[in-house]
Amino acid sequence: MDDKNEKIDVAYVAHLARMHLTDEECGRFQEQMEQIVGYVRKINELDLDGIEPTSHTKPVENVFREDVIKPGLDRDVVLENAPLSKDGQFTVPKIIG
Amino acid sequence: MDFDKITVCGALELMEKGECSSEELVSGLLGVIDSKDGEIGAYLSVDHADALEQAREADRKRANGESGRLLGVPIAIKDVLNVKGQACTCASQILKGYISPYDATAIAMMRKEGAVFLGRTNMDEFAMGSSTENSSCQITRNPHNMDCVPGGSSGGSAAAVAGGEALAALGTDTGGSIRQPAAFCGCVGLKPSYGRVSRYGLVAFASSFDQIGPMTRDVRDSAHLLGVISGQDDMDSSSLNLPVPDYVSMLKDDLKGVTLGLPKEYFVDGMDDEVRASVMKAVDVCRGLGAEITEVSLPHTDYAIAVYYIIATAEASTNLARFDGVRYGFRAEGVTDPIDMYGKTRSQGFGDEVKRRIILGTYVLSSGYYDAYYLSAQKVRTLIRRDFEDAFKKCDALLTPTTPTPAFKRGDKSDDPLQMYLCDIFTATANLAGVCGISVPCGKSSDGLPIGLQLLGPEFKEENILRTAYAYEQGRENG
Amino acid sequence: MQYLHTIGLEVHVQLKTETKMFCGCGTVYGAAPNTNVCPVCLGYPGAMPVMNRNAVRDTILTGLMIGSEISTYSKFDRKSYFYPDMPKNYQITQYDKPFCVGGSVEVDLEGQKKLIAITRIHLEEDVAKSMHFHKSSGVDFNRAGVPLMEIVSEPDMQNAEEAFAFLQALRQIVRYVGVSDCNLEEGNMRCDVNCSVRPEGQTELGTKTELKNLNTLKGVYNAIKYELGRQVEVLSSGGTIQQETRCWDVDAGVTESLRSKENAHDYRYFPEPDLMPVVLTAKQIEDWRKELPELPRHRRERLVLEYGLPDYAAGVIVADKHVADYYEEAAALVSNPKAVSNWIMTEMLRLLGEREMDIEDVKITPAALAGIVKLVDSDAINSTKAKEVFAELFDNGGDPEKIVKEKGMGQVSDQSAIEELVDQAISENVKSAEDYKSGKKAALQYIVGQVMRLSKGKANPKMVGAMISEKLG
Repeated sequence: MDDKNEKIDVAYVAHLARMHLTDEECGRFQEQMEQIVGYVRKINELDLDGIEPTSHTKPVENVFREDVIKPGLDRDVVLENAPLSKDGQFTVPKIIG
Repeated sequence: MDFDKITVCGALELMEKGECSSEELVSGLLGVIDSKDGEIGAYLSVDHADALEQAREADRKRANGESGRLLGVPIAIKDVLNVKGQACTCASQILKGYISPYDATAIAMMRKEGAVFLGRTNMDEFAMGSSTENSSCQITRNPHNMDCVPGGSSGGSAAAVAGGEALAALGTDTGGSIRQPAAFCGCVGLKPSYGRVSRYGLVAFASSFDQIGPMTRDVRDSAHLLGVISGQDDMDSSSLNLPVPDYVSMLKDDLKGVTLGLPKEYFVDGMDDEVRASVMKAVDVCRGLGAEITEVSLPHTDYAIAVYYIIATAEASTNLARFDGVRYGFRAEGVTDPIDMYGKTRSQGFGDEVKRRIILGTYVLSSGYYDAYYLSAQKVRTLIRRDFEDAFKKCDALLTPTTPTPAFKRGDKSDDPLQMYLCDIFTATANLAGVCGISVPCGKSSDGLPIGLQLLGPEFKEENILRTAYAYEQGRENG
Repeated sequence: MQYLHTIGLEVHVQLKTETKMFCGCGTVYGAAPNTNVCPVCLGYPGAMPVMNRNAVRDTILTGLMIGSEISTYSKFDRKSYFYPDMPKNYQITQYDKPFCVGGSVEVDLEGQKKLIAITRIHLEEDVAKSMHFHKSSGVDFNRAGVPLMEIVSEPDMQNAEEAFAFLQALRQIVRYVGVSDCNLEEGNMRCDVNCSVRPEGQTELGTKTELKNLNTLKGVYNAIKYELGRQVEVLSSGGTIQQETRCWDVDAGVTESLRSKENAHDYRYFPEPDLMPVVLTAKQIEDWRKELPELPRHRRERLVLEYGLPDYAAGVIVADKHVADYYEEAAALVSNPKAVSNWIMTEMLRLLGEREMDIEDVKITPAALAGIVKLVDSDAINSTKAKEVFAELFDNGGDPEKIVKEKGMGQVSDQSAIEELVDQAISENVKSAEDYKSGKKAALQYIVGQVMRLSKGKANPKMVGAMISEKLG
């Protein structure tokens, strides 16, 4: 973050997250997000040199499962949940490229 | 039967003695729900026939001499937990039509002990909120004042327990979502240490914070339910393989030999006077029960909300990426290609607060910002953890208010997301540090709204906070 | 102007585990769509991944095999991008802490050896398979979540031949470790190519393009050839290369730009909170190292030294680890190990090829093959009959000596019996006998052939030859 005053671009970020926002939503969120981002930036007041990041509160390692087959779900149950399906497959609008 | 008062342990005793059947209990509760839930709005769905059938099955088992730690006990379930064959909407439009093909591990453990799954409770959409106003389905009212929010995100569970519509409920807590509504509605809510209860089947909001926990009418019930749902699970790599103590047997009437710490950062100027007075009165009760009281410091508390919102939304932005209209749930109409399908489905399917949090989480992980936000937040998380480690060297549990104020009016904060976030100030730290916490009622405001006392304990020391909460609860009644 | 070429490969190899990377679903190829699925690999709400122990071990074994440094601390990360074949719309992969770092693969380019450096090997989950209907696409999640090992090379290759040789050598190594079949048709080995060109004398690399849809070794070779040529052509005519992904069109034989709507990739990597890190001790790594098979190129050298095989033959034998294992087992039982290699290189590989079989599936045991070699060496059977014995054992198994006895294939080495046949053959082929006497040495072989015919192939051909030349000499 070179520029401390650089503003969040809500429309761009929403596109990254694959949400199609209306202009009204973009405008409303822009203001709210600037305020929220401004608030969370306060963590940069702290001197964090040499501090290890915490991604898990309890340091546990090497949690594996054995390579043994377990029953999964029936296809009927799975496709019942699908918005659209055909020939045992989930269908989506045509993928191009 | 007094459905406002009966507890899980009380009901088990009655059924054991043959003084009441599960079917009677469940049909009684269904009657209360029919008459009261139209106004309270705690439940999203209740399948009467199914609940009664489960109850009859439990009665048959009991008649056959079978037993179970929850045999025949009706429990309300927050709509964020998968129960096989039931809808699980997370109070979102995007999960419309989804039927769970599997049980969450906590649900499976309760099922094994004979629990009856009564119905599904309302919540903030995807557990994002502190008032249940973010539900896309309905309003839930605080049974103590219908103009007030029940808290959130487990507001439906809290309101059901407080409103006499359930003996107990399961909630989930990511930044206070069990403890805060418990405080607002005047019930007991426990957030276990991270890793104590399996998260498998809990629709993830923030994977490194989420925990499932009980919401009950008294401390003993929370101890009892925690004992049922705790333990290592092969399906959740973050669940810990540590023995599960018999929490109920560790409850005591006094606090002799217990040291309680008051973190000075939780008693700041400007906090609600009635909340302060109630909590200080609770401190006196604890002292009277033999506890030693000492002041401690959690110096990085002021940064907790910022850290919490960075990490929780980052994780959420990926956890919620799967809601895309391909495999289950809602898909927008008239979509032309996959990108169009995602854009429309997700913008129509998610509510405002979920969108804001996905945007924040996506932003803090995006190229060029990761170090300044996400990585820094994880470092501050380390500092907050250390604060707790240091504090727990001096005491067995911390004693704080659960919330800065009692329940607020509906609509008071719903236009100001940041003010809403700051409601979590006393609860989110426990999730950041992975420690356990419980909220227990400690009086009412002059408006008759409940006030919550929070006890925080070291990781995997649930017995510390349960014992303290239990002794306080007894002392409060007697004193 | 002369141009320098630079090629780097990213090779995806599906591991041959029983179950998927993060759930207990099976990985068998060719199952009906969406029949090997569960809440985890479908990205259901609330489902969580748990690491497959064997997939982690297999990746580390591969790294040890190519001399990688094995990380004592590794972790998984989430890589975000939306695509219908991604169940969670993020892929669980390894970003900055992969299991294996560094290493190299030696390739043989017409006798010239070259080391291709490896950057890293990491483990991730495969995506689903999509297929196209008329107006929509269908998605089958059976493949989603299959463990996928990604091997990234340094940009060390300079032409399509090197890339081709690298892929072959890598495939051989992975098959040696036994962690994947590397079957290109089944898609369990896939490859992306990065390539660039720059004018001679320029030190920094040119702008690279990424080639996709390379489903065969031949496809990789042809696509690189084409793309390098295209880039040189663009540059020499004054154009510039766009950094982009290009798709190999097999039928047209050209690479084409993939203009996707989503150009700005921002994968937003961060540590996977649902998985715990993998921390390995030096002892664990050493224990795995002991499980490793010999590298193919080391084995080839050893076969030359130990069994006196020609380098070429040793190369053919070690190409497939199971063939080499078979060879060594048989060779240990005979005094003439070269004969064993001849059998394998001719009859065995021919029949395996014809029947589309693997050597693990044949009925003839290494001991039985050794038995055939011994019978031939002791003149108990001749080579024609030996081939019949081999064919019989290949299909049905059994003991060669017993078969020879049962079918009366024993070589006739009885002096008087052979003399009778030799006399008959000479009297029936007077012209040839005369020719031989008058110095046409080749006529001898004809008469030998006649004797063999009369003996139904059982006469000892050495004795027959000696006797004829004695009688006519």
